[in-house]
Amino acid sequence: MKSIIDIEIVVPNQTRYLSMIGKIGENLVRELDRFKGDREELAHHLNVVLTEAVVNAIKHANAADPNKDIQIRISASDQEICIKVYDSGQGFDLTSVPDPSFETDPLDEKGRGIFIIRSLMDSVEYKKSNGGNVLEIKKKLG
Amino acid sequence: MQLKIEENGAVRVIYVKEERLDAHNSDEFKAELNRQFESGMKDLLIDLKEVRFIDSSGLGVLVSGFKNASARQGSLKLSELQNQVKSMFELTRLHRVFDIFQTVDDALKSY
Repeated sequence: MKSIIDIEIVVPNQTRYLSMIGKIGENLVRELDRFKGDREELAHHLNVVLTEAVVNAIKHANAADPNKDIQIRISASDQEICIKVYDSGQGFDLTSVPDPSFETDPLDEKGRGIFIIRSLMDSVEYKKSNGGNVLEIKKKLG
Repeated sequence: MQLKIEENGAVRVIYVKEERLDAHNSDEFKAELNRQFESGMKDLLIDLKEVRFIDSSGLGVLVSGFKNASARQGSLKLSELQNQVKSMFELTRLHRVFDIFQTVDDALKSY
C-alpha cells in the first residue's frame, strides 16, 4: 500500500503562522503508521525544525518583507521526511553558521536556529531555486 | 502576549501564559524584560509552566535577559520547564548557563 504524504503550504512572510505550520508537522507524525521510534519526540522535532526554517526564511532570506510569501513543502515516506522551505529573497550564507559538533558560545543571542536544525535532522542544504532559494532538510526514519 | 507579573520582595516573578515562546512573541517578551530592568529590577524569575514550545528566538531572549541581569549584578532564573522545553535547553547547552528550578517556591528560596 502506498504511503507517501506530500503537503504544500503557502503563507505570507509573517511569524503569526509559525504555530500553525509547527502543528501541521506534529500532526503529520501521527500518520506515519510504520514509524517505530519515539513519536512524541519526532513530532516535537518537526515542530521545532519547521519553526526555525520558516523564521530563517522570514528574517534572513525574505528580509522581513510582509508582502512576500513563503512556500513550504513537506514530504514523508516510510524511509524519510523531507522539508523544503522556499524564499524569494537575497538568501543567506549557510556555511557561516557554526557546526553543532563544535562548542559554540552558549551566551550568543543569535545563530541557534540553523544549529538546532542541523542537530535534530540528518542533512541541511541551501541552494538556488527558480529565482529564489530553498532550504532543504532531510531526516531518515527507521 | 499574556504575562502575569508578581512582586515577591526584591524578585519580580514573570509567568509566561503562552503555549509558545517563539519568534512571533519573543520581541514583545524582550521589551517587557527590558522594561523591568529599566524600572530598577535586577532579579527576575521567569516561570515557564505553561510554555510547551520554545524556539531559538525564545531562547535568545532569555539569554539576553540573563546577560542584562548579570550586568546589573542581578539574576535571571527559570522555573517549571516542561520536558520539550528542557530538551531545547539541553540541545543548546543552555541548561549549564541558567539556574533552573522545579517550582517558583524552590526558586524564591534560592535568593
